[in-house]
Amino acid sequence: MSTGILLQLAQTLLAILLAPLLMGWVNQCRAWLQGRSAPPITQPYRTLRKLFHKDAVIAHNASPLFRFAPYMIFACMALAAGIVPTLANDLPFSPAADVIALVGIFALARVFLALAAMDIGSSFGTLGARREMLVSFLAEPALLMVFFTASLISHSTELPIIVQTLAHREFAIYPSLAFAAVAFWMISVAENARIPVDNPTTHLELTMIHEAMILEYSARHLALIEWAVALKLFTYSALGIALFLPWGIAAQGDIAALPLALVAMVAKLAIGGAALSFLEAISAKVRLFRAPEFLGTAFLLAVLGMLIHFLLEV
Amino acid sequence: MALAYHLQIVNLLAALLLLISFAMLSQRRVVGLVTLFAWQGAALALSTAIVAWSTGQHHLYYSAAMTLGLKVIAMPWYFYRLVKKLDVNRVVEPMINIPTTMLIGIVLVIFSFNLALPISEMSGTVTRSTLGIAMAIVLLAFLMMITRTKAIPQVIGFLAMENGLFFAATSATYGMPLVVELGVALDVLVGVFVLGIFIFQIRETFDSLDLKHMEKLKEK
Amino acid sequence: MMETLPLLPPDPVQWAWGVVLFWLALGFTALLLQGSPRLLSRLVFPLGALGALAIAGVGAAGLTLPISSIVLPIGLPDLPFHLRLDALSGFFMLLLGGAAFGITVYASGYFRSMAAGPLALLALWYHLFLAGMVMVLLADDAYAFMVAWEVMALSSYFLVTTDHKIPEIRSAGFLYLLIAHVGAVSLLLTFGVLQGGHGDYTFDTMRLAEMTPFWASVVYLLALFGFGAKAGLVPMHVWLPEAHPAAPSPVSALMSGVMLKTAIYGLLRVTFDLLNIQIGWWGTLALALGLITALYGVIFAAVQSDMKRLLAWSSIENIGVIIAAFGLTLIFYTDGKGALAALTLTALLYHALNHAFFKGLLFVGTGSVLHATGVRHMGHLGGLMRFMPWTAWLTLIGALAIAGLPPLNGFVSEWLLLQAFLLTPGLTQPYLNTVIPVAAATVALAAALAAYVMVKFFGVVFLGQPRDPALHEAHEAGWAERLGMLWLAAGCVLLGLFPAQVIDWLTPVVRLLVNQTLVNDGNWLMLAPVSAERASYAPLIFLVVVVGVLLLTFLWVRRVYHGRVRRSDPWDCGYPEQDARMQDSAEGFGQPIRQIFEVFMKVERETPDPFDRNPRYRGASLDKLWFILYEPIARVTDWLSQQAGRLQHGRIQWYLIYSFATLIFLLIFTTR
Repeated sequence: MSTGILLQLAQTLLAILLAPLLMGWVNQCRAWLQGRSAPPITQPYRTLRKLFHKDAVIAHNASPLFRFAPYMIFACMALAAGIVPTLANDLPFSPAADVIALVGIFALARVFLALAAMDIGSSFGTLGARREMLVSFLAEPALLMVFFTASLISHSTELPIIVQTLAHREFAIYPSLAFAAVAFWMISVAENARIPVDNPTTHLELTMIHEAMILEYSARHLALIEWAVALKLFTYSALGIALFLPWGIAAQGDIAALPLALVAMVAKLAIGGAALSFLEAISAKVRLFRAPEFLGTAFLLAVLGMLIHFLLEV
Repeated sequence: MALAYHLQIVNLLAALLLLISFAMLSQRRVVGLVTLFAWQGAALALSTAIVAWSTGQHHLYYSAAMTLGLKVIAMPWYFYRLVKKLDVNRVVEPMINIPTTMLIGIVLVIFSFNLALPISEMSGTVTRSTLGIAMAIVLLAFLMMITRTKAIPQVIGFLAMENGLFFAATSATYGMPLVVELGVALDVLVGVFVLGIFIFQIRETFDSLDLKHMEKLKEK
Repeated sequence: MMETLPLLPPDPVQWAWGVVLFWLALGFTALLLQGSPRLLSRLVFPLGALGALAIAGVGAAGLTLPISSIVLPIGLPDLPFHLRLDALSGFFMLLLGGAAFGITVYASGYFRSMAAGPLALLALWYHLFLAGMVMVLLADDAYAFMVAWEVMALSSYFLVTTDHKIPEIRSAGFLYLLIAHVGAVSLLLTFGVLQGGHGDYTFDTMRLAEMTPFWASVVYLLALFGFGAKAGLVPMHVWLPEAHPAAPSPVSALMSGVMLKTAIYGLLRVTFDLLNIQIGWWGTLALALGLITALYGVIFAAVQSDMKRLLAWSSIENIGVIIAAFGLTLIFYTDGKGALAALTLTALLYHALNHAFFKGLLFVGTGSVLHATGVRHMGHLGGLMRFMPWTAWLTLIGALAIAGLPPLNGFVSEWLLLQAFLLTPGLTQPYLNTVIPVAAATVALAAALAAYVMVKFFGVVFLGQPRDPALHEAHEAGWAERLGMLWLAAGCVLLGLFPAQVIDWLTPVVRLLVNQTLVNDGNWLMLAPVSAERASYAPLIFLVVVVGVLLLTFLWVRRVYHGRVRRSDPWDCGYPEQDARMQDSAEGFGQPIRQIFEVFMKVERETPDPFDRNPRYRGASLDKLWFILYEPIARVTDWLSQQAGRLQHGRIQWYLIYSFATLIFLLIFTTR
């Protein structure tokens, strides 16, 4: 039990510490693909350190909710990172929340971010909040449907059981999982504010979604939110790996398999990050009112995956 | 419960075919439609070849080769040329908006799946569970024909319907007799040529490929 | 079982009857106290709240103790009132008492500024309303049920039309009364068919009556229509968005939180208790209707500009979810899957309880806003968190709960329902197997939209800049109101953190209705409805971890770096002027939803043209069902009554001829 708790803490801490590195890696890949020279891979850490040192500049009419929200968002993402199996499976916290609760955690963080965006009452803030809720109202059910497909195959909504079932079953091609994988990629692009739904580097009113919401934040609050964003990308990548490429994750209590699990995780995340930046480089950002169509397609793909499961795999 | 690997691949290809049908429903560009049609043909040829290999029915190899030649190479090439020659408007606006079309598509898929379940019990092939998908492809292609207003997407919808029927045939009965298949293939080929000529004529008369103009031909 | 009431009645049903009498007495005493408004507001409502607490206690007793019943000496000569308290009634009484306590405590502060005369009348109708609802839950024969139902409808009508001088409120009340009576007629017919020609209208007789499937289906459809009209099921929902906003806020809270649940109680009672057989397609019908209602409600909630109308539409959405769960329970029950039926029924009851608390909290929150600002339209609100912090933070808890966010209570019932959907692949009907995933997707969609609606509601009303300079004068709610809101918010939090306990309370009800119970494979900390490997959820651990990480991060940042803050103007990308008009309006925030779902709405927009001296924008999204369904029916009814009016000439000869003709007719037919 105590090794379990230590492992749990180690995994969560590792996720928190490695998330900016993943962000840095994705930025590097994107720069290479665009023919630019890239900042060093540890640049996000320097950015965070710079932000933490600064004085927080807060608007006059900001409420306590505004100052509370970044901590809340960071805490939610940390909990999510603790639940998703990255290194080892079946850790002590995992019975506390299953995949549906994981979607709930993401929703909680998102609602707090949207409310904080509306708090100052600037036009960009409310614009960002409205667009974010629009994207999420389709992305969240689509994510639930992807999880349902996985849980219908493994007969459980507990992430450890899903990972265990999918990793240790004899290799079989599940078309429903293929559909779910495509849908999952589309959803994670939307939820993490990447191209083709949102541009993480833009500040144009026409194209901002996520950036518009955090426009008023500075210093340590901004640092926490940026960290939480990196952690969210890390968690989504880990989730995708756990659902669709689960081999290599150490089984419960298997300490000896941990080094291999670490290597496997780093390798998979590196490939995943590169793939993400490649897909970003070849796509164009869709117009904002086509975003519901994009997500609607993801939603329908996920539902289709579930239907195919009933037809072909039962 | 695990099927043999080649059968799993056939199932995967069936799912891919369904995905392509949905993608065709939501595709706005004419060139994209033709590309999707080519991919559909390729997947169909591959699955026919695998069924041929696993069940030893050699005439299916010829069907697969014909599908590859006609539907992956010849017809898409012909369509690309047609599109360039006619200088067709690149974007196709559907009659009802795309989310609604997709929803109707899902309803059709559920309907076909439920319809196919008792029938596939009766079939004796190993790929019988894909019958539902085949029916769904036919219905989705029909839906695409209904909701498009321009000529070329309608023709592609017609061809996609034939793809679905072909897939149904291979999955339920290991293909039709070769003579029948050759006959059907010839019909389709001739049909496409005639439609091509037809399209030219429509273009000449109305200066547009929008089929709404055909209504002007009726007697007042 | 005629019992006189001894000094300390041992039976819970007698306690309940005692509280009903107490409330009636309180109401009539209020009329006498018209001269002293202080006494009226400070005494009557708090006493009423204590009565609510007593009812909650009786309800809890009813859950654990055996069934008790009593026959009252009032009623018709051969049909006196039968009252009965079993686990189902007990649960709904617990719901009523718990929510009504908080709401009534709130009301005692809210109505303090009302004039004595109208306040006395209001107090009368209020307590009559509460008494009527308890009687509905206790009634054990059709006559008592219908009398209590009518009392509930009429007293709530008078409550809705408290401000009857405003014409909109009068027409809202009329619509409410009309649809309530259409539903009541349907219920009368239900009981008529249920008694099966025996002439005995007690529920005990109905329980024993054998029915053919055809007549059972007729009963079910009539009950679904009648109770659905009261609950706000589409298409009988049109009164809800009119009547709930028109009523004073504590009354809206009671109506949304409690009265709609009496309809759910009635539906459960008729379908599972009074009817002996249940048929599969009933569940599919209820599931479909419930899902349509849920989506319809949340879509319209997203485009509202009046905060109380938004909450009313949100109630329609939640009732849709409850009815969908009811349909799923029927599907499982008739398929022989008792354990799954128990799971779904638990989710249903839990959601009903949750809704009473969080909707009650939201409505009383809007009441405080209305009291402080006098404004219901969200376009004139904003930034109230600064002036009304207690109201804002407590309403935030309600908003987070209704959006279904962990670790609050809304998430638990949604989680249970989604688990039930996931377990369906074992059904014998294959077409259901494929339909259920789509149903689960619809529930998930409605839940996600509910989060959208709540961000809009809370963000536009409480956050941002005040859209009206007069808002700076807004005052915080009084201590009684704060107490009421605190009770309801505490309910939301506790119901979310200890689901295993709540499910233990629900077990007797579930056992009564479907003869099976939900087994929790976890412990007091963790909820694992089917088995721990299948699914589990531990909200307390969830909360502890989130709060722990939050505090740790805060302390670490403070220690390693610093906590300095500078105040300045908002950045907003460097735009210098940011006034309140530049943030989203209520219509603006709902615009994406309006655009996507325009097909269900009749959108009326007036946009100014470039040469307008005083440009005005007006936008309204109206319910299309009103125009497609209700207006034609109204026109046909009007035409029919005009035709019938042709019989009234005003000439005496014709009336004499009518009487003469009737006499001849009767003479012919009685002498045959």
